[in-house]
Amino acid sequence: MTTPTPQTLSTSQTTPASPDLLYSDVEDELRASVRALLSDRCPPSAVLARCESDTPYDPELWRTLAGALGTAGLLVPERLGGQGASAREAAVVLEELGAAVTPVPFLTSAVLATCALLGCDTKDEAVAALLQQLASGETVAALAVPFTAAPGVPFPRAVRASSDGELTGTLTSVADATAAGVLVVPAVGPEGPGLYAVEAAAARITAPVPLDLTRPIADVGLAGAPARRLEAPDAAAALDGALRAGAGLLASEQLGIAQWCLETTVQHLAERHQFGRPVGSFQAVKHRLADLWLEVVSARAAARAAADALASGSDDTRVAVAVAQAYCAGVAVHAAEECVQLHGGIGMTWEHPAHLFLKRAKADEAALGTPGHHRTALAAAVDLPAAG
Amino acid sequence: MTTTGTDEPGLDAEEVRRRVRELLAAHDPATTDRLGFLRARFDAGLAWVHFPEGLGGLGAPRALQAVAEAELAAAGAPDNDPRRIGIGLGMAAPTILRYGTEEQRGRFLRPLWTGEEVWCQLFSEPDAGSDLASLRTRAVRDGDDWVVTGQKVWTSNAHNARWAILIARTDPEMPKHRGITYFVCDMTDPGVEVRPLRQITGEAEFNEVFLTGVRIPDAYRLGDIGEGWRVAQTTLMNERVAIGGTRVPREGGMIGAAAATWRARPELRTPALHDRLLRLWVDSEVARLTAERVRQQLAAGAPGPEGSGVKLAFARLNQQISGLELELLGEEGLRYSDWSMTRPQIVDFYGRDAGYRYLRAKGNSIEGGTSEILRTIIAERVLGLPAEPRTDKDVAWKDLPR
Repeated sequence: MTTPTPQTLSTSQTTPASPDLLYSDVEDELRASVRALLSDRCPPSAVLARCESDTPYDPELWRTLAGALGTAGLLVPERLGGQGASAREAAVVLEELGAAVTPVPFLTSAVLATCALLGCDTKDEAVAALLQQLASGETVAALAVPFTAAPGVPFPRAVRASSDGELTGTLTSVADATAAGVLVVPAVGPEGPGLYAVEAAAARITAPVPLDLTRPIADVGLAGAPARRLEAPDAAAALDGALRAGAGLLASEQLGIAQWCLETTVQHLAERHQFGRPVGSFQAVKHRLADLWLEVVSARAAARAAADALASGSDDTRVAVAVAQAYCAGVAVHAAEECVQLHGGIGMTWEHPAHLFLKRAKADEAALGTPGHHRTALAAAVDLPAAG
Repeated sequence: MTTTGTDEPGLDAEEVRRRVRELLAAHDPATTDRLGFLRARFDAGLAWVHFPEGLGGLGAPRALQAVAEAELAAAGAPDNDPRRIGIGLGMAAPTILRYGTEEQRGRFLRPLWTGEEVWCQLFSEPDAGSDLASLRTRAVRDGDDWVVTGQKVWTSNAHNARWAILIARTDPEMPKHRGITYFVCDMTDPGVEVRPLRQITGEAEFNEVFLTGVRIPDAYRLGDIGEGWRVAQTTLMNERVAIGGTRVPREGGMIGAAAATWRARPELRTPALHDRLLRLWVDSEVARLTAERVRQQLAAGAPGPEGSGVKLAFARLNQQISGLELELLGEEGLRYSDWSMTRPQIVDFYGRDAGYRYLRAKGNSIEGGTSEILRTIIAERVLGLPAEPRTDKDVAWKDLPR
């Protein structure tokens, strides 16, 4: 039975110019350096041991990754002390960090907080100085919003700013706040919405037990904390842009998680024997892995499209980010769940690292907008209105 | 016949454009008849530029074909109606090019490309679908001829075809993969009987083909005796390339039909269907990007294994989306356009009504390799998982259980 060539329908949707979905040589080199560092300094056994200690973050590793490899400044222009690279390179770093569930504040400091500052007036001295510190990796910042905050929602009103620049309010579930020296806080003051820089030492930071041990969260209490208002033409747009970039790039982290889970599972099933055969030779198992492989290669296309759209400032960015996040979140969770199941009893143990990936994947699914949130955003963007 | 390497100086996009201008100047499409123009285009090496000179090509990189197509389309030149002759172009031609003798290439390729001679493929049999290598159609040597007897099935275009590519068993004493030989079969032979095969949509795209004492000259054998399985791999590989190779716009597939219905019919919308539609819209857009990534890898000269997944995704999506659309239509979904037994010239998965689309999509996970076979191929060849133990590979074909 041969297949007729599929026809193409005419459609009311315009197709964006083709994004570059491949990896450049520079991106491949960056990946190789990050991977070499992580395999040397951050194997899964080390991550597990560190997560159970009082210091989940590895400051030495962060110094090398952020400073020596220069990843903290990828998104920062060279005139502000950064690398002047783009979301495409940051995405490659996130793939590797996802594939090692590395406990470093890259997504939170070098992407979320950095993008919020880049949306401010970078000619302003305070903004430029802070960006420079973040780009070098010397200072870690956290964007003080719940990790579940999504692009496209109204500016948060949890924190009030007084006329003399003191902040009061409570923010919950801020990712990597315990690693941060500076908090970038969205607050509403007499002049309306604004972004404020607060020394972490001036906040009351309490860390609950996190589902994802490799990316701790914290609640942040501000009681008249001294803060510096960051000059911004539109603080709400700066915050929204940061959350959109974060959501789009999170897809690459999710891709990295899924890729590790697939590879680890395939390797295990090729070695593990039951009934006198490798478990991976049973068709029921093979077909599940083939489906998972297809999900992972599809997630790669979606994540690359989002990174490329963010890098080029494409008009299609909203759609590309929503598609990537609506798709990749589920792929990471599915891959981690398959990893646990297909490892059998081993996958259920504390000793095997599969659970670290499962917890990261499940937390990431809630982060920066759930898949359902991003589907709803798409409905408006591509003219598929809801019922009623 | 001269074959030119891709390193011939000057064989770039500009050179292709120059040759197109030359062709158009000598054969103005406005005043030349269609067939005359197509023959001239073939002879100018602009049919498939990656084929050798003298066989419709220039020995140029495949990517330059798009340049020729664009220039010719802009000039309003007629094309060879590729959708009508897809099996010839996509499957027979690459196989003849690779395994054919000089005489075979010279005889078959030009009328194949111009569409003067339509081709079909005689591979699948009632008892050999996914397990194609177990096929039973026999070819027995008789002097300079082979005498072929057996039954083939799921043959598109057999009722229009002048020629067929055919695989048949020439040595039952050998294990199944090694006793097969590949032929070109004359569909006008009196021993060929074509019967329409009616399918669940009501129409008959395909045929059953009964072969009774069909005589094929040995000169129409493609490749060595007993090498038919290897030759067939070229054909089937090209089939999968053809499936994965087209560039699709956003909403260009089945999702476009469902989205159009959703937009046009607000009274049908429900919250439950809305979320399912959005999930499938996301999956369709991601599948489109995945296919686009495969295309970019090919263009960069670094093909990846992802292509084998594209058809799998496409089959699942077509089925789920067409099912959703029928559900969305509610009462209207209880009606069907037409069950008459017709013989469509061109098959459009996204055409006709929602009921047709739903039923036709059922074939998408069967034709050109079932989804189950594709999953096994991905698991073994891409992921490197061990093969299932098999008992049929080293036994003489005649001794296999039936």
